Amino acid sequence: MSAITIRNLNVWFGAGAERSDAVKDVSFDVAEGESFGLVGESGSGKSTILRAIEGIAPNWSGHVSIAGEVLGKRRSRQFYRNVQMVFQDPYASLHPRQTVDRVLSEVMGLHGFTDIDSRIGRLLDDVGLGSGFRFRYPHQLSGGQRQRVAIARALAPEPRILLLDEPTSALDVSVQAEILNLLADLRAEHNLTYVMVSHDLGVVGHLCERIAVMKSAEIVEVLGVGEMRKLEANDPYTRHLLESSIHSVR
Amino acid sequence: MTTNTHGLRDWLLSDEPTSRRQASLSAWYKGWLTFRSNTLAMLGLGVLVVLILAAIFAPLLASHDPFAQDLGARLLAPGVDGHLFGTDSLGRDIYSRILYGARISIYIVLLVAMVAPLVGLIVGTVAGYAGGWVDVLLMRITDIFLAFPRLILALAFVAALGAGIENAVLAISLTAWPPYARIARAETLTMRNSDFIHAIRLQGAGHTRIVTRHIWPLCISSLVIRVTLDMAGIILTAAGLGFLGLGAQPPSPEWGAMISEGRKYILDYWWVATIPGLAIFAISLAFNLLGDGLRDVLDPKEGTS
Repeated sequence: MSAITIRNLNVWFGAGAERSDAVKDVSFDVAEGESFGLVGESGSGKSTILRAIEGIAPNWSGHVSIAGEVLGKRRSRQFYRNVQMVFQDPYASLHPRQTVDRVLSEVMGLHGFTDIDSRIGRLLDDVGLGSGFRFRYPHQLSGGQRQRVAIARALAPEPRILLLDEPTSALDVSVQAEILNLLADLRAEHNLTYVMVSHDLGVVGHLCERIAVMKSAEIVEVLGVGEMRKLEANDPYTRHLLESSIHSVR
Repeated sequence: MTTNTHGLRDWLLSDEPTSRRQASLSAWYKGWLTFRSNTLAMLGLGVLVVLILAAIFAPLLASHDPFAQDLGARLLAPGVDGHLFGTDSLGRDIYSRILYGARISIYIVLLVAMVAPLVGLIVGTVAGYAGGWVDVLLMRITDIFLAFPRLILALAFVAALGAGIENAVLAISLTAWPPYARIARAETLTMRNSDFIHAIRLQGAGHTRIVTRHIWPLCISSLVIRVTLDMAGIILTAAGLGFLGLGAQPPSPEWGAMISEGRKYILDYWWVATIPGLAIFAISLAFNLLGDGLRDVLDPKEGTS
């Protein structure tokens, strides 16, 4: 059974003459336990797909089903337990006046857990932060530590699917690698399904098995990471993207 | 003893707090350290503390009964016959009246500070968070209140409700909330689409929880600053109502009413109006300085510490 099925997804902003389409007729499947990458230049609509799945994007149409549940206008509590999201900017995704402890215990309270104290300890260990970080405020943490807290928050309800919206692009290179390894470890440990958005092919290649290449609101090609490494792309845009990415590395 | 206080200081400034209580106490203590380094703000706080103590201990500190009239000793100059600030036209001791008047001023300030910002906060955050027609409706009501000059509107309310301290407070509160609603709405709009609000929404939090637990704490600091800065204006409005005879009624020693009584003698007996004027000046300035200092401490966009 596939974890995520998306058919003919459209997302748009504005209405009438002001309407601009952010995602046009996108369809893909993600299998249980798979890690799926969405790549493309900025403005190609990759993050908007994640936002539509989570229900943050206001206007969308099409068929989206997550773990067998077909999504309507409102998301159920069960949905929020199953699907969580990690945001791009760890400096904006944590409440500036709440300690790590407050953030995590509120989330666990919302999902009805009772053994909050021991769970927070375990969760912080899971993401590689000791219990010494538990009562810190976000401004007492570095960017990488904040992103670990954000990952811990996303893992708190024990989700099956994590949506990752460029989780490393706001971090510097050495921290990027740490976070990517952490995400890879967590996936193996908890058997998670990932959908990851990135403009960095190296990051996607490290973490994902299949990638979808997006260009101006549409998916132009879906290919495996092996093919991507061997530069075996059918679409001219994908080939161009792969080649320019190789040149920028050298 | 020194090792003990050092231990407490280290405990408060610890980078790795070990309990919720320590974390919040530590945040308060760091705020206090920032505040303490601002000399003018400390001066303002000092003046306010003195005034509050004066209000609390007025019966002990007063040299005379503030209501006792002595027509034989009317309009005595400051310092004569044990009257520190002199006497007014009915021979009442001005120093004692100032002390009891502080009670009235602080009573007004507290009541207004509890009502107006709360109304503004609720209206503003609901409007900003809900958006759409709720926003339009609430903000147009706010605009209507803002369109009237404050003192005139307060006068109209007091005239309708009847003169007196409670009605003056009510009238001032009714005219003071719109700016707070505006601030709260503006703050809410900047936060409404931020990632940390999205994040808690994705955990299944309801709207009430998001507004009260996540948006309010970030609005309150700017409101507190604005309230302390507005306190001067509120006291002046209260004094203005008193001066016009619509606030506290005689023989109540309200400072504005005292100025009003002294007005007739201002050229020959300057102290009768000047002393309560100085008291109003002192409390207004103190609140302004305090507000300035609080702005440094409570800035919600603090990046580093």
